[in-house]
Amino acid sequence: MTSNLSVPPTTELERFAYDNKIVQQFAYATAFWGLIAMSVGLLAALQMVFPVLNFTAETTFGRIRPLHTNAAIFAFVGNGIFMGVYYSLQRLLKTRMYSDVLSKIHFYGWQAIILAAAITLPLGLTTSKEYAELEWPIDIGIALIWIVFGINMFGTIMKRRERHLYVAIWFYIATWVTVTVLHLGNSMEIPVGMWKSYPVFAGVQDALIQWWYGHNAVAFFLTTPYLGLMYYFLPKAANRPVFSYRLSIIHFWALIFIYIWAGPHHLLYTSLPNWAQSLGVVFSIMLIAPSWGGMLNGLLTLRGAWDKVREDPVLKMMVVAVTAYGMATLEGPLLAIKSVNAITHYTDWTVAHVHVGTLGWNGMLTFGVLYFIIPRIFGTTLYSRRLANIHFWIATLGVVFYTVPLYWAGWTQSAMWKQFLPEGILQYGNFLETVDAILPMYALRAFGGAIYLSGVILMVYNLIRTTRQGTLIADEAAAAPPLAASPAGHKGEYWHRWIERRPVQLLIGSTIVVLIGGLLEIFPMVLVESNVPKIAAVTPYTPLELEGRDLYIREGCNNCHSQMIRPFRSETARYGQYSMSGEFIYDRPHLWGSKRTGPDLHRVGAKYLHSWHYRHMQDPRSTSPGSIMPPYAWLLEDKLDVSQLSTKISMLRLLGTPYPAGYEEYAIEDLRDQARDIADNLREAGVEDDALEEKEIVAIIAYLQRLGTDIKPKPQVQLKK
Amino acid sequence: MTLHLLIHYTLLIIVFLVLLSLLIAGGFLVAFFWAVGTGQYDDEVTPSIRILFDDPPIPSDDVEP
Repeated sequence: MTSNLSVPPTTELERFAYDNKIVQQFAYATAFWGLIAMSVGLLAALQMVFPVLNFTAETTFGRIRPLHTNAAIFAFVGNGIFMGVYYSLQRLLKTRMYSDVLSKIHFYGWQAIILAAAITLPLGLTTSKEYAELEWPIDIGIALIWIVFGINMFGTIMKRRERHLYVAIWFYIATWVTVTVLHLGNSMEIPVGMWKSYPVFAGVQDALIQWWYGHNAVAFFLTTPYLGLMYYFLPKAANRPVFSYRLSIIHFWALIFIYIWAGPHHLLYTSLPNWAQSLGVVFSIMLIAPSWGGMLNGLLTLRGAWDKVREDPVLKMMVVAVTAYGMATLEGPLLAIKSVNAITHYTDWTVAHVHVGTLGWNGMLTFGVLYFIIPRIFGTTLYSRRLANIHFWIATLGVVFYTVPLYWAGWTQSAMWKQFLPEGILQYGNFLETVDAILPMYALRAFGGAIYLSGVILMVYNLIRTTRQGTLIADEAAAAPPLAASPAGHKGEYWHRWIERRPVQLLIGSTIVVLIGGLLEIFPMVLVESNVPKIAAVTPYTPLELEGRDLYIREGCNNCHSQMIRPFRSETARYGQYSMSGEFIYDRPHLWGSKRTGPDLHRVGAKYLHSWHYRHMQDPRSTSPGSIMPPYAWLLEDKLDVSQLSTKISMLRLLGTPYPAGYEEYAIEDLRDQARDIADNLREAGVEDDALEEKEIVAIIAYLQRLGTDIKPKPQVQLKK
Repeated sequence: MTLHLLIHYTLLIIVFLVLLSLLIAGGFLVAFFWAVGTGQYDDEVTPSIRILFDDPPIPSDDVEP
């Protein structure tokens, strides 16, 4: 057709076929894992209203929540990315994927990783780092499969029959490159067993690298690949070119250069040095420009085509998706302003914000792409446009019912946390009052999630019926002229020649670049040496506390409890002295958390009796009426596994924790002594259990009683008798 | 041991992240120069129109996958 007009008549068309089989596989996986991810999310949402739904150890909120986020991000959106990339890349480049074998390895490998996540996370095998919870063997698997995807994608780009790389492909490339670096950077960990590792960096450093990763996971896994999909599928569905191709190019380059630096906005008012926080704030604000450029470019593509939007469910989904992208990317920079962040951080506002992104932007765009692709690769039309339209309205209402109550809850809770009486004491000194107030909002949120999920069920039915009325065109025939010699051949060598002819300038230029790197290296080190005070009183965890800390990680306590008291009067009045970076130097990983469903725990040490913690873990509502925390009865029953203790001690010493040489040999004795003291104390308080000193509960009590006490005035309660 | 202490007590991590981020940004800068240099952006109009045209279907028996 028209694309052949520029081809000289002598050029022979090459015949080939697009691989639709792989697109179909990823599409099915997207829909399937979408159902799973959202069902698990619904369970988590309901658990917050009905704690009785924490059935077993494997299904407690602390383990279910990371399962939900990982499934939503890497299983649902991940497969969605691959579905869209494998469909559009072949067509944009007029070639089949580089290798069918690599495509298959990619597909089955990725599903195996998801399966491994679905098994290990409920078992409590987790690193505790948000969106990077998977333990080191799975991390290696992710790296390998991601490289397979990269080879397949770049191989396809190399053998393309279209010289111009359409803007969507640039977004795919940026995704691949950056996710590779992020994953490798944040997964630097030393194994101490098959399913346990410690990160190389500790405390504030671990926190910074985690949120550098965490933010960019949102940027380069949930955003850039989906922008690529938007730039392909939105114009295709509307059958008109993108509003401004030039704007799309500017959108791309501006976005990727700015995004990388915004991570520290997740750590505002924490122990991170102030200048690093400000850096994150500035880049976050700058992000509004490219993000909104992209949103407007998407919406304006539909100018003059809004009549199609009224008819076509694919376009409707995409319009809401792009609008949600615009809302989330305006809200994000606003939340990154320190004074706004002081109000919203640790509340449900953040949860609402990410769900505008995932349910609105990722979810709706995925649905649109599924409704677009499935009929086409099955050579048919959508089974029911009416059902798809119903899905559209259900999904849109679902997003509203999900987010609005959480915005309300977040604001309410924050206001209650900060409210003082005229006498100068906290009006809601009992944290539970601030939880009780927002439970109706949690119930409404679960309702919103439920109707969003019901829309997906409707979609799956519609798509299955669509596939039944057609047959898969596994190899879709196509033809295109081979890639001619570059029409701009001399330009291809421009930079190369320019540099080649100027060796002196090259030398100077490269020296300057290296110097900039060097200056950036020296500057923060000099500056920061004084910023991280070494606190003499801060000592490494005892063996029992260390094991207790690893139980805290296993149970996912950090999903609901922060360990970071910000320097506000309302927080120091509630929790005590604000947290300082020097207190975290032995924390591998950091456990600062990002959400306070329960109170902050950084200074919980020596605040309650051992027996209080024992009863609280057994039944949280016995000590804290109205609490929505799950009971942790198995901690009282299960024996503490100390088989990895000596390896843990050795590895931590290797990383710099100053345990004495050879301590791994007799650490177990210290552990037993400390456990006996705590067990004796518990028995005096009336706990009856003959093997108490061997139970997990003793370790977790030891850890909780240690928290934040290094710089605390000596406790009033004598811990050891 | 000194390296461990350094990793512990300074924010070496910021240096690491800044360098890593500069590496990524530098990589993209090279890619940008490549794109401009090879004429990727000489035409800012037709690429957006050309993607709308899919090839006409071809009888599948003529095709080798």
